[in-house]
Amino acid sequence: MNNKILESIQVSKFFHDPVDIQVLKDINFSLEKGEFVSVIGKSGCGKSTLLYILSTMDTDYTGNVLIDGIAMRGKKEADLAKIRNQKIGFVFQFHYLLNEFSVLKNVMLPGLKWGNYSEKEVEHRAYEKLKILGIENEAFKKPNQLSGGQKQRVAIARALINDPLIIMGDEPTGNLDKKNSEIVFEIFKELAEEFNQTLLIVTHDNEFAERTHRIIEMQDGMIIKDQKIKK
Amino acid sequence: MNFKLIIDVSVSLLLARWKQTLVAAIGVTFSITMFIALLGFMSGLNDLLDGLVVNRTPHVRLYNEIEPTKDQPISLSRKYSKDYNFISSVKPKNERLEIYNNGAIMNALKKDDRVLGFAPKITAQVFYNVGAIDLTGVINGVDVEAENKLFFFKDYVTTGNYIDLKNIPNSIILGKGAAQKMMANLGDVIQVTTTKGERMQLKVVGYFESGLQDIDKVQSYASIGTAQKLLGESNSYITDIQIKLKDILMAPSVAKEYAHLFDLEAVDIQTANSQFETGSSVRTLISYAVGITLLIVAGFGIYNILNMMIYEKMDSIAILKATGFSGADVNRIFITIALTIGVFGGLLGLIFGFGLSALIDQIPFNTAALPTIKTYPINYNPKFYMIGSIFSIVTTYLAGYFPSRKASKIDPVIIIRGK
Ligand SMILES: Nc1ncnc2c1ncn2[C@@H]1O[C@H](COP(=O)(O)OP(=O)(O)OP(=O)(O)O)[C@@H](O)[C@H]1O
Ligand SMILES: [Mg+2]
Repeated sequence: MNNKILESIQVSKFFHDPVDIQVLKDINFSLEKGEFVSVIGKSGCGKSTLLYILSTMDTDYTGNVLIDGIAMRGKKEADLAKIRNQKIGFVFQFHYLLNEFSVLKNVMLPGLKWGNYSEKEVEHRAYEKLKILGIENEAFKKPNQLSGGQKQRVAIARALINDPLIIMGDEPTGNLDKKNSEIVFEIFKELAEEFNQTLLIVTHDNEFAERTHRIIEMQDGMIIKDQKIKK
Repeated sequence: MNFKLIIDVSVSLLLARWKQTLVAAIGVTFSITMFIALLGFMSGLNDLLDGLVVNRTPHVRLYNEIEPTKDQPISLSRKYSKDYNFISSVKPKNERLEIYNNGAIMNALKKDDRVLGFAPKITAQVFYNVGAIDLTGVINGVDVEAENKLFFFKDYVTTGNYIDLKNIPNSIILGKGAAQKMMANLGDVIQVTTTKGERMQLKVVGYFESGLQDIDKVQSYASIGTAQKLLGESNSYITDIQIKLKDILMAPSVAKEYAHLFDLEAVDIQTANSQFETGSSVRTLISYAVGITLLIVAGFGIYNILNMMIYEKMDSIAILKATGFSGADVNRIFITIALTIGVFGGLLGLIFGFGLSALIDQIPFNTAALPTIKTYPINYNPKFYMIGSIFSIVTTYLAGYFPSRKASKIDPVIIIRGK
């Protein structure tokens, strides 16, 4: 087949409360392995909504989503959870780290859930990911002892633990200052260019978007522009 | 499934809220403690009261009742068989209370392997002569050894030695109440008169306390031989055969069978003492009701803490789901939390319950009615501990069920969007 990692086919989404509105209109696009793509658009245009659908967390839509060539429509909740666990890594605006666990354990959790590697191996891998992100010295702290930028890097390490097909981010730099945003961007770029990691990142930061490989621009629930950036 | 991970996450959530968890667990501990102590105490008391009756009462008693013949001659006559016959003022004929041919009956009982043992007995109506007045009384002529073996005679002889009754001729063990009335001391000789006017001198060798004062005022014990002599009867004369069975529950059917077989009256313990059964079962019911109520209250405590925990941990649940934990996993996590509270709380409850029971068991409890009892009675039946642990697990599971389901249904999109 081809190496399409993610494919969105005629995806539409309606909200019925308080009034019927269509927030996504026939979204069609696909991502190939190693692409570093940003999604931009005005606030309220449906970027987050699209991302939740593509990430299988939202199943209330029409059309279809293929991940690694497999249709997500009609899959059971437990199967979707498995796909999220093994094939998708998430980074949100908020870090969502569990304060009950150490930084290292937070990164390990999705790996332990998969159970593909022994606990020792998962721990080793988690440590390696923290190293890539330059925060291996914080491994045994609790998340609430870290700075905002560090927390976000832990969240990225957690997204990476199962070597996902794709990393999705919803404004991962939205809460960060210029310097930390820059660090996070460099990490994404390194992942894309050195590790051939596929990334789909929603952002408000046009400067950020300009430096990715491809920009998808949305307006009122539709893709109005989809362009590759020439280097 | 990845059981270790589920436990790991559960325990971390638990420890993060350890104070509330502790309170919830203490609730369970408290209720199980009370449940165990209450049931142990109540059924100890039940056993004690039942023992008063069961220890002293034959499972089946065979005796002869003096009553009018059931079949009057006229109803046997064929000539009048189609008529209604009214006979008024029927009287019993002159019969004796003796059980005839009792040697053969006792041989048959010896061979019956449902029978644990039996003790023959004579009841004799007498008057105790005290100076110028006579007190009515009953002397039970008993086979001292059989009586002791089957009905713990020794326990109720509070002063004197029970076996003297057999060894010393013409001896009597007086009911405590009767002795007090007669001011008879150990070693004194008292005089009794039978209903037929015979007089006899008997030596007091002990006092007897049954725990029921009305009985102690009237009843006394003598050996069978003494009683036969007193009544002027031959040495085969007995009026009752008291039978203990291996299985008390068989008493009604065995009684019916013997009544038919030996052509005697036979009464079983259940019929004779039905009111005790009722009392016991009501007390047991109340104990269970109180214990279970306590547990349900503890269950609400767990329900609350879990709901609170879920509310606080919305974010954590959302990210667990986003990173690949299924609804079932989240459900398991919270059920594990509930069960952990239940198991630890319950286990402690069992231990404390045992401790409290042991404590109650040490409290002195002296009553004139119960000479053999020195402390409050406790029943350490493992059944209560079983029921307690099963209930603690079931209630905590139920208390965890709805919050856990709620947690498993949390939609991560809603939580994440809310930030
Ligand atoms: N639960 C909901 N019920 C009704 N309408 C909703 C709901 N969630 C979102 N919407 C609407 O859907 C539209 C798209 O929302 P979405 O969050 O995807 O926007 P966005 O592009 O991510 O915006 P932003 O850049 O501000 O994050 C908005 O108009 C919003 O009002
Ligand atoms: Mg958004």
